[in-house]
Amino acid sequence: MNYWPLAGIAIVVLGFALRFNPLLVVVSAALATGVLAGLDLVAVIEALGKAFNDNRYISVTWIILPVIGLLERYGLQQRARAVIEGMRGATMGKLLVVYLAFRQITAAIGMKDIGGHPQAVRPLVAPMAEAAAVKTHGDLPEAEREKVKAMSAATDNIGLFFGEDIFFAIASILLIQGVFESAGYPLTPLQLSVWAIPTAICAFVIHGSRILAMDRRLGRIAR
Amino acid sequence: MITYEWLYVLAGAFFAIWALLSLRDRRWGNAGFWALLAASFLIGSHVSDLVNGLIVLAMVAIAGVGGLKRSDPPTTSAEERFNFSELLGNRLFLPALIVPVTAVAGTLLYNYTPLGGTGLFEARRETLILFGIGVLVALVAAMLWLRPPLLAPAEEGRRLLDSIGWAAILPQMLAALGAVFALAGVGDIIGSVASGIIPEGSVFLTVVVFALGMALFTMIMGNAFAAFPVMAAAIGIPLLVEGYGGNPAVIGAAGMLAGFCGTLMTPMAANFNIVPAALLELKDQNGVIRQQIGTAIPLWICNVAIIYMGAFLLWN
Repeated sequence: MNYWPLAGIAIVVLGFALRFNPLLVVVSAALATGVLAGLDLVAVIEALGKAFNDNRYISVTWIILPVIGLLERYGLQQRARAVIEGMRGATMGKLLVVYLAFRQITAAIGMKDIGGHPQAVRPLVAPMAEAAAVKTHGDLPEAEREKVKAMSAATDNIGLFFGEDIFFAIASILLIQGVFESAGYPLTPLQLSVWAIPTAICAFVIHGSRILAMDRRLGRIAR
Repeated sequence: MITYEWLYVLAGAFFAIWALLSLRDRRWGNAGFWALLAASFLIGSHVSDLVNGLIVLAMVAIAGVGGLKRSDPPTTSAEERFNFSELLGNRLFLPALIVPVTAVAGTLLYNYTPLGGTGLFEARRETLILFGIGVLVALVAAMLWLRPPLLAPAEEGRRLLDSIGWAAILPQMLAALGAVFALAGVGDIIGSVASGIIPEGSVFLTVVVFALGMALFTMIMGNAFAAFPVMAAAIGIPLLVEGYGGNPAVIGAAGMLAGFCGTLMTPMAANFNIVPAALLELKDQNGVIRQQIGTAIPLWICNVAIIYMGAFLLWN
């Protein structure tokens, strides 16, 4: 058996790990894989062109950007901040659990750019969580404050990652569809996105209980 | 019958407008890149595979030399946005809700009422076509409600698109890579190697290897999207789906999410893990990752269980 086409996988892994432009990495891997499998270069370019063309529906999702951009023009991000600010006065545990749910739900209905580190975590979620922790538990050592801030950022990531795939018109779901369709297994986006729900629930339960456990532990440290 | 071709013409028109606005803004690289993508959408079905391949190579060349830049079209100031948000309140979320509601409710209506018999939409394509319709409805609704300048949605969309840049076509390119892998027989090669290593007939162990591969490759590359075509071609499709008859939808969806667990644990995913540590001025640049590991590992185990149960135990 000819094992050389596997070099394409090595190119993807190395190229991403070494931080080359990902598009360059992917196309080089595709060309190398095809040529090493014994196709001539023109045939590989044709195969790549056909495959890119067949998978155009994945990039159709960007047509939503004018809608989101227009709403941002009229203060969508500021409104999201006001919703988060409405949580002032809650304990750190409750604040971050509600933010986790808010991030998961908005991502699940296609608003994955509500929240995020520069827009929400740094100006709002992290300072509010820190202030709430100090209010409940009294003054905290620097190391513990750092953990609260890091937990705020972690909550944003986890809410986004395990909410967004419930939205069917998102690149990762359509990428899965495209890969399976090329291999002869046609699926629909909704068939895939419903299977993101069990993991989303697990993520909420696991991360939510870790947040609450952290809040309790901070109480013991402060005393 | 409404097909994907209609959607491609719509998307092609959007990208063409973005190319023209970039041209007016003298951002030549951006203009060229979005014009090529517009061409792919508008004429891709009518030209040869070779022309499509050359379009791909040209786009990659522009991205590879760093030809895509962020843009800064005129928009409202932070103060104006704040005032608007006070005035409009939570109603601002409503236009964005039109899109998923149209797509999901429309899909359910189409599939569970006699509407489906009309053959209005291309088979299995109804959800994404309805997504396109939802976007148009939301756009018209927002325009009538907010009455912005006519070009505002195009310019605001360009601002967001240019902040994404070349990454906008990375998922499509990775799916194309998956197709080239399939053509070159990568799956067959790995399938034959892996079946020699993984004990014959052990579905559970194969699921573990698949989910572990997704997480590890994601950690090395910093990107679950890149890991997916690799692991799908290597184990997901040849072993789990073809060999053991698993449910492809569960294997695909939960497999990707197992990769996301890897994203939580790697400094290679800098945007999510390192940049926020810097933004929050943490002393420990891996501070965010440290808080994520405790969630990522149990959640990865959940994904293994979901694949094993959903794709095999409940499916067969």
